[in-house]
Amino acid sequence: MSQMIINGMVLGMIYALIALGLTLIFSIMNVVNFAHGQMYMLGGFVVYYLYGVYQLNYFLALIAAALALAVIGIIFEKFFFRRVIRLAKREENTMLLAMGTALLLENLALFSFGEKQRGVPPVVTGVYEIGGGYLPAGRALVFFVALFLVIGLLLFVQYTRPGRAMRALAQDKEATYLQGVDINQISALGFAIGAALAGLAGGLLITIFAINAGSGTAVSTKAFTMIMIGGAGVVSGAILGGFVLGFCEAIGYETLPGSTTYLIIFIALILFLIVRPQGIMGRPQG
Amino acid sequence: MRDFRRSLFLAVLGIFLGAITLLFSFEKAVAQEKVLKIGQLGVMSGPAASWGLVNKYCIQAAAEMFNEEGGVEIDGEKYKIEFVSIDDKMDPKLAVSGMERLVYQEKIKYIIGPNVDTTAASVVPVIEAAGAINIAYAFSKALYSPPHSNSILGMIASYQAGPVIYKYLKENKGVKSISFIARNDSDPLNQRDEGVEAAKKLGLNIISSTDTYEPGTTDFFPVMSKVVKGNPDLIVLSGVAPADAPLLIKAARELGYKGLLSTETAQDIKILNEVAGKYAEGFISVGGASTPEIQSDYMKKFVERYKKVAGEWNDEAGTKVYALQMIIYTLQKAGKAALTDVEAFKKAIPEVKVRNPFLKEERILKYVGTAYFGQPRQIGVPMIVNEVRNGKFETLFIGSVED
Repeated sequence: MSQMIINGMVLGMIYALIALGLTLIFSIMNVVNFAHGQMYMLGGFVVYYLYGVYQLNYFLALIAAALALAVIGIIFEKFFFRRVIRLAKREENTMLLAMGTALLLENLALFSFGEKQRGVPPVVTGVYEIGGGYLPAGRALVFFVALFLVIGLLLFVQYTRPGRAMRALAQDKEATYLQGVDINQISALGFAIGAALAGLAGGLLITIFAINAGSGTAVSTKAFTMIMIGGAGVVSGAILGGFVLGFCEAIGYETLPGSTTYLIIFIALILFLIVRPQGIMGRPQG
Repeated sequence: MRDFRRSLFLAVLGIFLGAITLLFSFEKAVAQEKVLKIGQLGVMSGPAASWGLVNKYCIQAAAEMFNEEGGVEIDGEKYKIEFVSIDDKMDPKLAVSGMERLVYQEKIKYIIGPNVDTTAASVVPVIEAAGAINIAYAFSKALYSPPHSNSILGMIASYQAGPVIYKYLKENKGVKSISFIARNDSDPLNQRDEGVEAAKKLGLNIISSTDTYEPGTTDFFPVMSKVVKGNPDLIVLSGVAPADAPLLIKAARELGYKGLLSTETAQDIKILNEVAGKYAEGFISVGGASTPEIQSDYMKKFVERYKKVAGEWNDEAGTKVYALQMIIYTLQKAGKAALTDVEAFKKAIPEVKVRNPFLKEERILKYVGTAYFGQPRQIGVPMIVNEVRNGKFETLFIGSVED
């Protein structure tokens, strides 16, 4: 039981961090960023090279991953999405663009970094025994850093001027514009933060999971599942969705035959979306 | 002056004509250079990209080495090797269209790949209709058994390695109980089922065999928690991909598991060291000609060439190096006719018996598999069982597949 709770807590926190970046971009720009998993993967590679290969301090490497992905996010927003959103009359155009960027990043990574799985030396070592369950120190570190980042993001969005502008933009674009907010700047900031969060998640999780050039797709799929559960575009929903999926996995793998865990999760998700299509915290359409 | 101009004109004309003649003779020489075209079809993107890319790099490295020697000799004539590579993304639809391109558009008779059961099964009708041969890396027995005869297994199958490894561990390490964990995918599940049967025959106590994880899983802690709880003497990672193996090992060890861990698939030591670190110690897997202590000088040269082609060595290549070499040996045995007629190639299969060029010790390389498929449709890759010791693969023993 205690192992199940530990697994659920750690998975939930990790998933929440992954889902946050995706939901942030969706709320501000109404863009489903299919390249979110690929951004996660790139963040992992930045940490792999800086910390694993060139032996830079891990936390500096993590900051570098966030900055690198923020820059990529700004480039994507400014040169790709901003123009397509302005010109396109259908939402599918941004989705296709997002899919294109995902394929672009994946193939660039495969070409540049090769096909192998990459991992880094542990940042901390040891295993804690808590109530009969095991918690490796690396996972504990990931849990607390992720918790710190989630709280930091919530405080930023709630109490700072750009954070409030982002929330306003998510609620009503025209009203925000009429209040004198630079929409382009806030959109770029939102995309940069979303991408940086993906990069941070990748940089953080490479210490316990490792990555390869193709690992982004599975991450994106799980992130979409989480925001569907929690409610697309709602920050608190992404966190909740992350924990719900994390605990479902932990309980399912512990109590059910392995192959049925995700089958049941997806059946439950379909039934849940029939009853509440906007997710737990989402607003109903219209 | 007039004579000088005339001489100059004649000299320029002479140079021009000479150059044209040289150019034509060069083109003629190029045109006369014979080419053996090889196809490669496999997964080269996504999480399983390493399976197909290792095939590609092996062909490229070996082809470069052959071509530098002037090509391969078949019936007294030299053939330069060219290859065409297609990514099937592990999708049967793409595998079929890729194979159609190779056999009909490129007119290739010998193809290396695909890498998994689903794609390998999907291309069988194409290669049979086109009269081609493929060396696949999928374990389904139906692919290599009559009425099919155009597919050849390129490596040791899990149902061949499993019983040998379990028996060794039972006799030498006192293993009495066993658990299996597999990815929820057709290949690994088949391999697990074959492994369970082999373990039953050996009288091992099977503690669990139903635990699986979804493709794309990165956190194996929850699923491994359940497996470790049974505390078996041996946990078998059935059909595990090189990307997943170190994470499963790490999760098991961090959960306090002290027993043995093994797999019947080839792994890469760098990935194991990077991701699992010290937890990879004692892990048992099957390799090809990977460990330096068993490599011939030719294999060492191949390893160096592979590094130039791919950027770094991958231990999976120790198994996949055999495919192109065996195609060439068989073509040399069958003669020129087999370049366009695969029936001649098939006839020569039982006659191919050469010294394994990749191993230091003297071993015969031939086609095997009659005991499993009713016909020799498997490359007799030696079954080299490795254990991780001090961050390196060390050969536990070398076995072989029955004829």
